[in-house]
Amino acid sequence: MKDRNHLANIGLVHQVNVIENGLIDIPMLQVLQPDGTLHPQAELPNITQQAALKILHTMQYVRVLDERMVAAQRQGRISFYLACTGEEASTVASAAALEPQDMIMSQYREQGALAYRGFTSKEFMDQMFSNQNELNKGRQMPIHYGSKALNFMTISSPLGTQIPQASGYAYGQKMAGLEAVTICYFGEGAASEGDFHAGLNMAAVLNCPVIFFCRNNGYAISTPSEEQFKGDGIASRGLGYGIRTIRVDGNDVLAVYSATQKARELALEHQCPVLIEAMTYRLAAHSTSDDPTSYRSKDEEGSWLLKDPVARFKTWMQSKGWLDEEQNLAFIEQTRQEVLKELKLAEQVPVCPIEQIIEDVYDTPPWHLKAQLAELKTHIDMYPEAYPKTSGRS
Amino acid sequence: MATMNMLQAVNNALITAMNDDEKVMVFGEDVGHFGGVFRATSNLQQTFGKGRCFNTPLTEQGIIGFATGLASQGSVPVAEIQFADYIFPAFDQIVNETAKFRYRSGGQFSCGTLTIRTPYGGGISGGLYHSQSPEAFFAHIPGMKVVIPRNPYQAKGLLLASIRDDNPVLFMEPKRLYRASVGEVPEEDYQLALGKADIVKQGTDITLLAWGAQVEIIEKAAAMAEEQGISCEVIDLQSILPWDIETVCSSVEKTGRLLINHEAPLTAGFASEIAASVQEKCFLYLESPICRVCGLDTPYPLAHEKEYMPDHLKTFEAIKRTVNF
Repeated sequence: MKDRNHLANIGLVHQVNVIENGLIDIPMLQVLQPDGTLHPQAELPNITQQAALKILHTMQYVRVLDERMVAAQRQGRISFYLACTGEEASTVASAAALEPQDMIMSQYREQGALAYRGFTSKEFMDQMFSNQNELNKGRQMPIHYGSKALNFMTISSPLGTQIPQASGYAYGQKMAGLEAVTICYFGEGAASEGDFHAGLNMAAVLNCPVIFFCRNNGYAISTPSEEQFKGDGIASRGLGYGIRTIRVDGNDVLAVYSATQKARELALEHQCPVLIEAMTYRLAAHSTSDDPTSYRSKDEEGSWLLKDPVARFKTWMQSKGWLDEEQNLAFIEQTRQEVLKELKLAEQVPVCPIEQIIEDVYDTPPWHLKAQLAELKTHIDMYPEAYPKTSGRS
Repeated sequence: MATMNMLQAVNNALITAMNDDEKVMVFGEDVGHFGGVFRATSNLQQTFGKGRCFNTPLTEQGIIGFATGLASQGSVPVAEIQFADYIFPAFDQIVNETAKFRYRSGGQFSCGTLTIRTPYGGGISGGLYHSQSPEAFFAHIPGMKVVIPRNPYQAKGLLLASIRDDNPVLFMEPKRLYRASVGEVPEEDYQLALGKADIVKQGTDITLLAWGAQVEIIEKAAAMAEEQGISCEVIDLQSILPWDIETVCSSVEKTGRLLINHEAPLTAGFASEIAASVQEKCFLYLESPICRVCGLDTPYPLAHEKEYMPDHLKTFEAIKRTVNF
């Protein structure tokens, strides 16, 4: 048996040595300055005009989507929505650095990653309205997207549960010999859950090719990060678990892109986890049920508006001569029209037939579910006007 | 056929499954080189390598979260929770994630290849934290199957069926039978159907129903009752969810009486569910109230283990009360 004596490598001191917070300095990768100009010493990632344009368009797309959906919720057309405004660079640029075979395990503010993969406006709207075209058959609240075809795992509401799952998924990819990684998104609030510890520890010990991507966006609903954790953010936790760690400016597309490319490369080469902490800010409310004016100031939001990731990246693209403003405005307008059109179509589509209520609980419905459905259908037939979504449809 | 105890049968089932399908992986606390605290996973790491049989950190929520993700990738994980008493840190993962994985994604994603193995139950002087029978908690979750064997033959056949079933299965192993129950077990591959009860003994006056280690308790009570001229039908439920209502109800229609025995506390135990369902289906056939002989509504005690247990004597008295109602 090999020597497992950890004491062998520990240095000695002969006075009491207290390690205090702040001694670990984890710097933040920044490529673009807040005004959108390239940092003089920055190393530019290898990015084509085409890739840059797709990233910009996806960021603008989700911004339009967010605006329309928050408005739709205010009009009472959908029940709930979560915007990602302010965090577009974190999720879109990280997804752009991945390959289609990489699995995305998301929390709920990563519509940018999903849109980048090609989720259509129709698919977004069908999910938001829980209609019969919805890929998850209308079983969850709005924003719980999922797409097998796009390797985007269906989201669940409990916080942090996807973290150990991502470790397991990545382990399976490794054992199957695939050239693929799993990326797992979560917020700094979710890093307080036990699943965070469980997932990171298992990934480190079992050598899973998974990228843990923490969007440190300042708030977990109304709780600011200084009431959420002590110490040097989430990045230092990665080091504690023995995980390679990168801290990045989450409002900087090029920095996030570089960091995620590097993380993917490391994860594949060493078959190991990598933690990325993206320092960003949630300009939007937590959800449409939240009111951020009650817990943070306009001044604070204003200071982050100056670091708007979309404007910052756009400025850089313009400086490269990579953007035609007229075409870009036309793209945004066309996106608005498309989202509105699909919204109007999706809200007219009925929900799934009632038979589907017992599907997918098990591979095939067992006797007790069949009996309960039969009873339910008989009842609906007796009071069709009380169940307008399902009566007369079977 | 070979003679095996229940642990050897579990180990044999795992070897059979791992030989049959290279996607089968076995892991949990201490299951690697050591072979698990009960040695159910002995020699697996040596045979199949550290990639397919490995230790995990001490984190039940991590083990089940990891296993759920692994299953959703297409692998076939068999995760061990060292004692059923320690499954509760993983409760959220099982209830909110594992059980709902297929449903919430409209069938796009599934973790149906997952099997969770865990030793459960009392009778080993294990006290509060090594004796619990938490099957009822999991019977309350749509999306899980819950299976319990009573002997080595069932352990192998049901475990192989659980591993190959396309639904997440909680496979609970009665630990007091691990070495105590010895029997003939075919060395070849075979499966026993999930969701089916086993009629252990035919009878006409009362149906006695139990699962796992309690089956031998009701058999013992049945033998005492038979000496007094009471003919008992003995049924092993085998699967808690879905459960075989048909076999139970046709038996009750024949005998007119039902006694259910389980180790877990009485209140909201799985016997409550069975009693409610059977009275609904068989009300006019019943000659007496459905009787439950269960653990007390206390934590599982150490010094008073014998007193706590729904043993053969308590069952025997309950049989007489029910028949003479």
